[in-house]
Amino acid sequence: MTAPKTLYDKIWDAHLVDQADDGTCLLYIDRHLVHEVTSPQAFEGLRMAGRKVRAPNKTIAVPDHNVPTTEGRENPDQMPEESRIQVAALDSNARDFGIHYYPVSDIRQGIVHIVGPEQGWTLPGMTIVCGDSHTATHGAFGALAHGIGTSEVEHVLATQTLIQRKAKNMKVEITGKLRPGVTAKDITLSVIGATGTAGGTGHVIEYCGEAIRDLSMEGRMTVCNMAIEGGARAGLIAPDEKTFEYVKGRPHAPKGAAWEAALAYWQTLFTDEGAHFDKVVTLRGEDIAPVVTWGTSPEDVLPITAVVPSPGDFQGGKAEAVKRSLEYMGLTPGQKLSDIEIDTVFIGSCTNGRIEDLRAAAAILKGKKIKDGLRAMVVPGSGLVRAQAEEEGLAQIFIDAGFEWRLAGCSMCLAMNPDQLSPGERCAATSNRNFEGRQGRGGRTHLLSPAMAAAAAVTGRLTDVRDMMTETV
Amino acid sequence: MEKFTTLTGVAAPMPLVNIDTDMIIPKQFLKTIQRSGLGKNLFDEMRYDEKGNEIEDFVLNQPAYRNAEILIAGDNFGCGSSREHAPWALLDFGIRAVISTSFADIFFNNCFKNGILPIVLPEDQVQYLMNDASKGANARITVDLESQVVTASDGTQFPFEVDAFKKHCLLNGLDDIGLTLEKVSEIDAFEGKAKTLYPWA
Repeated sequence: MTAPKTLYDKIWDAHLVDQADDGTCLLYIDRHLVHEVTSPQAFEGLRMAGRKVRAPNKTIAVPDHNVPTTEGRENPDQMPEESRIQVAALDSNARDFGIHYYPVSDIRQGIVHIVGPEQGWTLPGMTIVCGDSHTATHGAFGALAHGIGTSEVEHVLATQTLIQRKAKNMKVEITGKLRPGVTAKDITLSVIGATGTAGGTGHVIEYCGEAIRDLSMEGRMTVCNMAIEGGARAGLIAPDEKTFEYVKGRPHAPKGAAWEAALAYWQTLFTDEGAHFDKVVTLRGEDIAPVVTWGTSPEDVLPITAVVPSPGDFQGGKAEAVKRSLEYMGLTPGQKLSDIEIDTVFIGSCTNGRIEDLRAAAAILKGKKIKDGLRAMVVPGSGLVRAQAEEEGLAQIFIDAGFEWRLAGCSMCLAMNPDQLSPGERCAATSNRNFEGRQGRGGRTHLLSPAMAAAAAVTGRLTDVRDMMTETV
Repeated sequence: MEKFTTLTGVAAPMPLVNIDTDMIIPKQFLKTIQRSGLGKNLFDEMRYDEKGNEIEDFVLNQPAYRNAEILIAGDNFGCGSSREHAPWALLDFGIRAVISTSFADIFFNNCFKNGILPIVLPEDQVQYLMNDASKGANARITVDLESQVVTASDGTQFPFEVDAFKKHCLLNGLDDIGLTLEKVSEIDAFEGKAKTLYPWA
């Protein structure tokens, strides 16, 4: 009998091409997702060395970071010169190297981590990489997925492999049920709050427990998406019926006999009884509240009912960092989080730009208006999410409430396109990073769930969504 | 890739924890399609005010540290985005080694691909070097990759660990892709086997 394995062990072993005596491994990569920002230098490297893309059929490209989210964007003049050049470079690289491509004009275009699952490129048991740290998203399918740098993008393009050392196994278990108003975003932020942004460094996290099982695929993607914010190389959730149901019938999912064979294999993808984890963190689902971030690191997170902490509550270098971040955020220790007034609401990103996220926000907004003077925008994660939201009537709810209804892209999550905060502008955002300057120089970001973002849009301040839910009940 | 063997140079202290790659190189500079030229925008929003003037008290703007080749940094350096523009900007500025108690995974790997040596040392040793670096340009620190030792300006030595394969590549300036392509028959064999086992992939 072989030793019990974790899910990570199983996927790792199934992709091992070569292992050197010193433990350096060559890992086979099943899917390589590519976007315009981290790939031009990699393609240029291939050209200079006279190399080809080894597996163009396993390589999928889509522009998302730079693209404008306003109408008429097919016209390249809408983009600033540098963005236009970068997107044009992806266009020509995709054509020259013969890889799959979803241009801006294609309804399937969107954020790379939303397009992959939507089109069935993301399948259980695969290894998936992308020159983007939020590649962890795909772990929701029980795929080993992580971000890589541009040199590694070039390496994967040329060899379809990655040089790796095996990470350690970490288990994050969320037991029991979530309370009303608590979402996948609150889970993933609360985990980072508990472990810190370096808590997962050197590890691959497997999320498990009843509260994780109860999540939809969309919710699981939100949880895994932010594994990187906890420092982990990747996040994983074992596939189950929900996973198979989500995947079935997608354009690039297996069909017929191939589906049956795949399904039989996918059903073996779970952590064996007694497998070893190097680190274990357990949270009770019942203890998780709707949360918001107050600082400039995703670990700076507290329940919405709490107050802004003081640097004195922290030790060592973190105390200094908190002092700096409170200054940057313009907050005073002791101030109630629910008293913080906001200027802007951003709903979207690879963390929370899927249909379920839009449904959750629209459920709060239905029949309501956003606070006077507030800027609010919804940026669907893909053209298909946008179309579905229009069909379900969600778009009209957002528009009636006073939101701008945008086209798909990364948008204000990292503000590489024109969607940016001004200095001092305070934003309730469903994205993943509240770093200094992330959404625009001097911009102040509070991370929260889509439902919480919708609640904040109505009141104009950070708001406990549960108060608004009682209203509707 | 440029080799890294030994380096003696000025070290700049940056005690802030969780310095993320958005701080190292903000997004507006990611629109380049080249690897070079990012040094002038390294730590851009900490280094320049909104008008583009230098912020005097930022460490790399101080006369003693303008030619720094080593950074001594707080915990979890390089967290956040996978952008390789971060090590490109460090390298273009002239930084060849970063010493901290911990690094984020992707940034750590990206450094080795660009001839930059990230060194992990225990907290008290990083603090010792932070104090040493704070003395200014006369306090020159030496990093010796071959013997895996950091030497402070007073001669105090701190041995460090480094992955043998990464060390070999860095010492010899080797290109990973070339090395991997030597194993192309293993990759072919894997693909052949996978075609039978996982035909849908």
